[in-house]
Amino acid sequence: MLNENYDVIVVGSGPAGASTAKECAKRGLNVLVLDRNNEIGTPKRCGEGLSDNSVRLLKLDMPSRCIAQKIDGAIVYAPNGKKIEIKFEGAKGYVLERKMFDKWLAMEAARAGATVIAKSEVTDVLKNGDFVSGVKANILGEEKEINSKIVVAADGVESVVMRKAGLKTNKNPMFVDSGFQYEMVGIDLEDPHMIVLYFGNKIAPRGYVWVFPKGNDVANVGIGIGGTHGGVKAAKHYLDEWIKQHPEINKGSIVEVNGGCIPVGGLMKNMVGNGILGIGDAVNQVNPIHGGGIAESIKASKIAGDVIKEALELGDVSSETLSKYNNRWWKEHGKRLKNVEKVREFFEKLSDEEMNDLADVLSGEDLADLAHGKGLARVIKIYMKFKAKSIRRKVGF
Amino acid sequence: MGVVVNKKKCISCGGCVSVCPVMALKLKDRYPNCDFSKCVNCGACVRFCPVGALELKKNEGD
Repeated sequence: MLNENYDVIVVGSGPAGASTAKECAKRGLNVLVLDRNNEIGTPKRCGEGLSDNSVRLLKLDMPSRCIAQKIDGAIVYAPNGKKIEIKFEGAKGYVLERKMFDKWLAMEAARAGATVIAKSEVTDVLKNGDFVSGVKANILGEEKEINSKIVVAADGVESVVMRKAGLKTNKNPMFVDSGFQYEMVGIDLEDPHMIVLYFGNKIAPRGYVWVFPKGNDVANVGIGIGGTHGGVKAAKHYLDEWIKQHPEINKGSIVEVNGGCIPVGGLMKNMVGNGILGIGDAVNQVNPIHGGGIAESIKASKIAGDVIKEALELGDVSSETLSKYNNRWWKEHGKRLKNVEKVREFFEKLSDEEMNDLADVLSGEDLADLAHGKGLARVIKIYMKFKAKSIRRKVGF
Repeated sequence: MGVVVNKKKCISCGGCVSVCPVMALKLKDRYPNCDFSKCVNCGACVRFCPVGALELKKNEGD
């Protein structure tokens, strides 16, 4: 089952790792995937949402067990309770069953030819001079050293691998959200096919509360707040307070507790080193507005597959050669996400009052555009009009 | 200097490890473990923690 040498070792079998492994195996490379969890996909670490656009774009032909609920759109509540409905073809999506989805992606990687092993925690990287040349890992209880030409760091926000390789990746708390979530059952949902988001600095400072249905009476009920807003009043505190105010949710039972760090910014110019390439949460490949990273990491895996294959054919895994991944990713995805980051920066500075004002004039389509990094200039124009109006109000025009 | 974890509150999400600017935190047996020689008591992990499980500790034995 296990060899001493591989072309590629992928650390972490989330969507980023499993997809990269599949892309590499498809290109004829010899791939090992190591995941630290006893069961790939468990524990889950997110709200499990994925848009239908992404599913079609990425041609994800997943079995029905991976989907908990089909979603028609989103309902957004402004701090004053004003409701905006986002319901059109492009707003459709799914709430996944990540435990099934991640495991399915790992199986797809294995079917493409990769060797996947769960309960295998990577503790360090091996080095040959300035080059990463493999990993040190506890594989199913045994300490091993395994060599590879390239190591792919797909080990999530903490990314032990990126750190051990000397590529600095500690997250600036300004660019992360502190996330906390309950999976709840026995609750009443406004519409079991709509996700619901609640905004307001009192509800969730620099973030929002979400309700993602997973059935008629089941949902992921979660919160993300700015990474510097936790502590004594932690994300859990804010979510518990919010749930108390919502009897339709408060009456439910909690069947799972999740939490974690959501990178919502800090896109990295460089994601490679000698013999190493980072992907997914490890290098902040996340939509800065909604914090979703599944689609972004699978998109990146296609580029990673091309670049890794080419580097191995050239017999050159230096950071110069691998930096083609940086260039292509920034061209195809980074620029767009950078725009989304600007939208987030604009929104997180808004007071509750300003959010309420905007909710009066923005349509569901406007909000959907913003989540894709489009239309910010127009929103700012509207916003400036409001500013001018409120200043005029103050000076008595 | 260092941080201590309340294991009853901790949900082992690893977020504290991600935000530590000096890489003083590691998950050990699923709970954050602080290398006191590296920790600079900045409190980033304490402010980040989604469940309020971390606390700054000024001196050994506090």
